[in-house]
Amino acid sequence: MINLTVNGVDHALDIDPSMPLLYALRNHLKLNGAKYGCGLGQCGACTVIVDKRPVFSCLMPVSAVGKRPVRTIEGLGTVDKPAPIQQAFMEKQSAQCGYCIAGMVMRAQALLDERPGATETEIREHMQPNLCRCGTHMRIVSAIVQASQTLAGKGASQ
Amino acid sequence: MMNTKKWIATLVGVAVVALCAAYAYAWQPSIEALPSPPAPSTDTALLAQGARIARQGDCMVCHTTANGKPFAGGLPLNTPFGTLYSTNITPDMNTGIGSWPLEAFTRAMRSGVARDGHLLYPAFPYPHFTRMTDEDLGALYAYLMARTPVDAPAHANALRFPLNIRPLVAGWNMLFLERGALPAAAAPATAQSEEWLRGRYLVEGAAHCAACHTPMNSFGAEKHDKPFAGNLIDGWDAPSLNPLSRSPTPWTQEQLVSYLRTGLASEHGAAAGPMLPVTQHLAEVPEADVQAIATYIMAMQPAPGAQPPAGAESLPVAATDAPATSATSVLPADKQRVDPGAALFAGSCAGCHGAAAPMRTIGDRPSLGLSTAVNADSPRNAIQLVLGGNPWGGSNSAHYMPPFADALSEEQIVDVLRYVRGNFTQRSPWPDLPKEVANIRKEAQPK
Repeated sequence: MINLTVNGVDHALDIDPSMPLLYALRNHLKLNGAKYGCGLGQCGACTVIVDKRPVFSCLMPVSAVGKRPVRTIEGLGTVDKPAPIQQAFMEKQSAQCGYCIAGMVMRAQALLDERPGATETEIREHMQPNLCRCGTHMRIVSAIVQASQTLAGKGASQ
Repeated sequence: MMNTKKWIATLVGVAVVALCAAYAYAWQPSIEALPSPPAPSTDTALLAQGARIARQGDCMVCHTTANGKPFAGGLPLNTPFGTLYSTNITPDMNTGIGSWPLEAFTRAMRSGVARDGHLLYPAFPYPHFTRMTDEDLGALYAYLMARTPVDAPAHANALRFPLNIRPLVAGWNMLFLERGALPAAAAPATAQSEEWLRGRYLVEGAAHCAACHTPMNSFGAEKHDKPFAGNLIDGWDAPSLNPLSRSPTPWTQEQLVSYLRTGLASEHGAAAGPMLPVTQHLAEVPEADVQAIATYIMAMQPAPGAQPPAGAESLPVAATDAPATSATSVLPADKQRVDPGAALFAGSCAGCHGAAAPMRTIGDRPSLGLSTAVNADSPRNAIQLVLGGNPWGGSNSAHYMPPFADALSEEQIVDVLRYVRGNFTQRSPWPDLPKEVANIRKEAQPK
């Protein structure tokens, strides 16, 4: 059995240890936010957060996850109460076809968790591995900049 | 009493004379600054020749930072003696070399002396550039003086005492700098074809291959008795060129040219680490230059059938931390479920490196069994590749490998590398693999 902790919930799955985390999330846990893009770690559509770090879930076998907690876009916010990063993506209308967005959001979230208030330069560098074939990178970056400022403001007022 | 005084006086006298001599040696005159940068040359052939030499020498790799302006310097070079920062070689009057006449540029390239007379550190490979002809230095000067000037002041070096005292470099030069053109080659005249001579001039001069591929002595000078025997550079093994890596398929002129010009050899693997930018710049020089470089390097190889290089296959399997798996055959399918390395390989690596992967069947990418890194004596480069991957080279995806530092734990990297070494090569397991992974991970992520 493979044990996975995803968005705070423990799961025991009877699956092959070599199965990529992405397949376990989508096919066994019905968490369909993360997408299969290239299967080669070249596009980032499958990005999820494992132990605070953004990873390509298509190249991470479930046996490699161990006790590390997995976070997917389903664990961020809800339709009624979106997370700041999701709110910013909506306000900036960052999605075109939307296929890359869950991966973009999760890679951005990993940065903002670590450094709320990250600058645009930091954001651009951090987001390099994730690609958008529609070419909405400009709106994606501006949404992350907005979320970064929102989160930094919150941190400052506390 | 008188004797002691006499002795002290003599000692002081000797010391003063020695200091004066050292000072005279270390002191180099300033060369008068130009009132303004020379007008960029309009001789396109000369500029093209200069561009070719700048690429042969890969000036940009040290004199440009990751997102910096071309040739504006500022790249930190981590040496065993502290951190040095490359300087601005754009024709900016105040912060670059805009005020340098050709004479000053030539002196810097040949003797390691800046225009104002201060000594440059030998991290700048003037012991190689000293071999270059007047003609080539002139073309390179013209090319650099036609670059866009950038205002970028030099970053202060952080060298350990006493190495932060520049005049001491005079002593280094006295010991290790052999000024001027290459001496006649010792090789038999029959072996000295035109192409070989050209290759020797490039490899020993502008291309300064030995700066990374020759081991250094404790003064940071190349060991002349071990030319091209390999060295550690920026955390990567710069492999021996003499002989070239022992791999299942021997290197050929054709493979070497392909590697140097495209960064990919179909029977050995992709350029990575500090070698990747070198190949990207060699892609832009005429093929004849790279053919000549390859001719010279191939001529260094021992004759076929000569004794294998030291260390090769000398590790007895039993004496190393052999993996739990068989080192020679692929495991049967039912056993793979319990071999953590096999499961990790299937999930993390097989998408590109599996026998049936499209990444393998198109584009001349070699099997891991032929990979230089996987067959190497040291696991260092294989570990570096797993941890940090290999970045995109423009739109060329042939080299690309994603980083696994965040996906795989140290233990998992050990498991997967043991599996790869055991299943793809005929070589004995790497000794001390867990320790090497832990060390290199620490080097790579100094957080």
